[in-house]
Amino acid sequence: MASTLFRTIQIHPFSLYPTAICRRRNGVLYCTMKSTQTQTATQEKQQPPKVKVSQHTQSKTLDKITRDYEAIIGIETHVQLSTLTKAFCSCPYNYGSQPNTSICPICMGLPGALPVLNSKVIEFAVKLGLALNCKLSLNSKFDRKQYFYPDLPKGYQISQFDIPIATGGYIDLDLPLEFGGGHRKFGITRVHMEEDAGKLLHSGNGDYSQVDLNRAGVPLLEIVSEPDMRTGIEAAEYAAELQRVVRYLGVSNGNMQEGSLRCDVNVSIRPVGQSEFGTKVEIKNLNSFSSINRAIDFEISRQALLHTQGHDDQIVQETRLWEEGAQKTVTMRKKEGLADYRYFPEPDLPEVILTQEYVDGIRNSLPELPEMKRRRYEKMGLSMQDVLFLANDVNVAEYFDATISRGADIKLAANWIMGDIAAYMKNEKLSINEIKLMPEELVELIASIKGGTISGKIGKEILFELLAKGGTVKGLIEEKDLVQIVDPVEIGKMVDKVLSENPKQLEQYRGGKTKLQGFFAGQVMKISKGKANPVLLNKILLEKLNAKS
Amino acid sequence: MLSTIQPSRCLSRFPVHLPTCGRTKSRFLRVVSSAQPVTTAPLADQSQILSIRDSLLSRHLSAVQVADSYLGRLKQTEPQIGSFLHLSEPDKVLKQAQEIDDKIKRNEEVGPLAGVLVAVKDNICTADMPSTGGSHILDGYRPPFDATAVKRLKDLGAIVVGKTNLDEFGMGSSTEASAFKVTANPWDLSRVPGGSSGGSAAAVSARQCVVSLGSDTGGSVRQPASFCGVAGLKPTYGRVSRFGLMAYASSLDVIGCFGSSVADTGILLHAISGHDALDATSSKREVPDFTSQFLSASSLKSRPLEGLRVGLIRETVDGGVDSGVKSAIQGAAAHLEQLGSIVTEVSLPSFSLGLPAYYILASSESSSNLSRYDGVR
Repeated sequence: MASTLFRTIQIHPFSLYPTAICRRRNGVLYCTMKSTQTQTATQEKQQPPKVKVSQHTQSKTLDKITRDYEAIIGIETHVQLSTLTKAFCSCPYNYGSQPNTSICPICMGLPGALPVLNSKVIEFAVKLGLALNCKLSLNSKFDRKQYFYPDLPKGYQISQFDIPIATGGYIDLDLPLEFGGGHRKFGITRVHMEEDAGKLLHSGNGDYSQVDLNRAGVPLLEIVSEPDMRTGIEAAEYAAELQRVVRYLGVSNGNMQEGSLRCDVNVSIRPVGQSEFGTKVEIKNLNSFSSINRAIDFEISRQALLHTQGHDDQIVQETRLWEEGAQKTVTMRKKEGLADYRYFPEPDLPEVILTQEYVDGIRNSLPELPEMKRRRYEKMGLSMQDVLFLANDVNVAEYFDATISRGADIKLAANWIMGDIAAYMKNEKLSINEIKLMPEELVELIASIKGGTISGKIGKEILFELLAKGGTVKGLIEEKDLVQIVDPVEIGKMVDKVLSENPKQLEQYRGGKTKLQGFFAGQVMKISKGKANPVLLNKILLEKLNAKS
Repeated sequence: MLSTIQPSRCLSRFPVHLPTCGRTKSRFLRVVSSAQPVTTAPLADQSQILSIRDSLLSRHLSAVQVADSYLGRLKQTEPQIGSFLHLSEPDKVLKQAQEIDDKIKRNEEVGPLAGVLVAVKDNICTADMPSTGGSHILDGYRPPFDATAVKRLKDLGAIVVGKTNLDEFGMGSSTEASAFKVTANPWDLSRVPGGSSGGSAAAVSARQCVVSLGSDTGGSVRQPASFCGVAGLKPTYGRVSRFGLMAYASSLDVIGCFGSSVADTGILLHAISGHDALDATSSKREVPDFTSQFLSASSLKSRPLEGLRVGLIRETVDGGVDSGVKSAIQGAAAHLEQLGSIVTEVSLPSFSLGLPAYYILASSESSSNLSRYDGVR
């Protein structure tokens, strides 16, 4: 159990670096507040379902059961901003650096240190607020959220309580085709700015823990959704779309593995038709989109099962951990009512006052967002599958846009990018920004094939070279003498040569083995070094093959 | 422990000529508005800082000599007064003084506070000396940085002679709440010097240093200044950077100045004032050079405050206020009138809400500010 937890916590490779030590008592670190760390005992307090059915029938029963209930899902996401320095001091932040090497009196919370706001945080917050179609608060403020935890140096977190910078927005997304597709719109309750806490690294035997403050003070945006999601896949796609949006905007690299995108999910169920909400359960330790999907589905089933068995009082408001290994949620701690964070306005920071000009300026500088791109690609006639692929990664979309803006055929460009180029990138583990094939050359390649200068087969061959080494299409064609042969006379000569060199096969063909046409075609291709136009080749070949009989 | 020595005998041991302090009735300075033509009158007889500067630049005294005399007095009086929690090594102080002398010998420029010995309240961070905030929680704590106010003083040539005693984290008004010791009032060693900046006030009062820094949240510079008979100034919030001041109540704290004269206090204030990028609550307003506009009282006519209108808040002398306080306020108002000003009564109906508001803000902010002392770092 502990080792499973260990795997899923972001442990620094140099975890026992000699730094400040914090002793745990009773072997367990008690915390009463919400924290992004997961390190308390996981006692399975739940009684297993008393209904004993076979595995197959159990899943069938579960499906039937869950159909009677509606799941209400809400997600709280923390996005780590990719500003050059932290939110309130000039320390840089680099994921994976040696513990306590990127700290200063301010982010350490030393006596006498004061926070000063990094203006980029406001810029990024406004960008995200606008991208999520929110209403911006032109006058907002910071508040102190007070609780004790060893990784919280000041004993409070600078956050925003009652006047967040953005409220009341929504996000559009398209569900993946393999899950049924469909367009969805989910509400966003609020977006606010806050600072991250440090990290606790636990010793192997659990005797002590160490505090790494590199991450303390890093700016975060907390995005709270309306409880609009109904299934695991909707929730997972919501998270994926948020990742797309923050990457498109350039405000964060949105890596769940690095912790720059963290999601906590709230799930409750109610019988279909009921208007009252059921008891809400929070799930933490979700490190990938698929975990979000599976954890929610598991939790819905768990709650539905308890409900149908009449044990719905066992569904309590609590925090559960998703265990990736066991593929289930387990109780982490029961929520002791609502925590008292003793919020008050942060006296060390002045109010945040935005002018309409500032907001408008940022609005005008927003890039085309994923939703707008998807709608534009749809209008261009691309299939939903193509649309989703191309718009998923901002860099791929840019590449595609660059290609078609230079006049390339849309469908062909999409096919090349999604097919051979994507395969190459996957093999070589490169991103589209790292391949040597420039959009201009892709345009040229497409045009050359379309115009008949080279054959499709040759095109694929030189593509590989262009991807690996760069260069120009025209250059390669010249260098390797790849121009397609379209002169019927020339092809005819080659066909004659092949036929005369292979009398046995010719006899066999004329005897009825028409499949040998492929053999002859292959031979002609060989001597033409692949340059013969296949269509023309086969036409002439067929003529000549069938001529003498 | 503390023997009672007659104040007059105590003071008579001090060889340096002292301008009168605390007794501000006959000698005071007036800040002239910039509209009037200004001639800088000789102030050296009313300002230790200017007097030291004159002596140094005229080679009449060396910085080492000045430092020596203060250090001697410090050594003599400290056992009875106990203003300091930490003292800089005398050699270090003399070395810094020597460096100033060398600069002067080479005809190099020295800062306006060159050779001036300054004491700093122990809740203000100094990198080369421990800063305990008057508490055992920070026993032996050595900050990795200087408070901005301290840095500015050092940049202008001042020599920090030590860290002074205070009520723990600034909470108290007598230094009796210090975790280390109680400072004695130099005028009467059986009395307290006030607080929380009791050590800083006593140090200036006993001439152990020229000027000193304190902090004021609810009177912690003004009250000990009054108790110890020195000039104490609480600047407007935001005038002086709070970076490096261990926070008590973030929306009320300020760093304040002690001097044996108003001129010295003002010169010290000017040295530390101004916007600081490290303090988001520090004011961006220009700091005018008000020190260049100080005029000696002797150069002024008999009703120097002619034309000045002063408001007296009615609620401060209303029912519920101690009769001794009332008469002191009314006496001061009468004095201002004598000097030519017009004192008008004004009303501030929300005055009575001030104290409850203070207690709510100060208590909640201080409990928040002290939660960082959790023993983890």
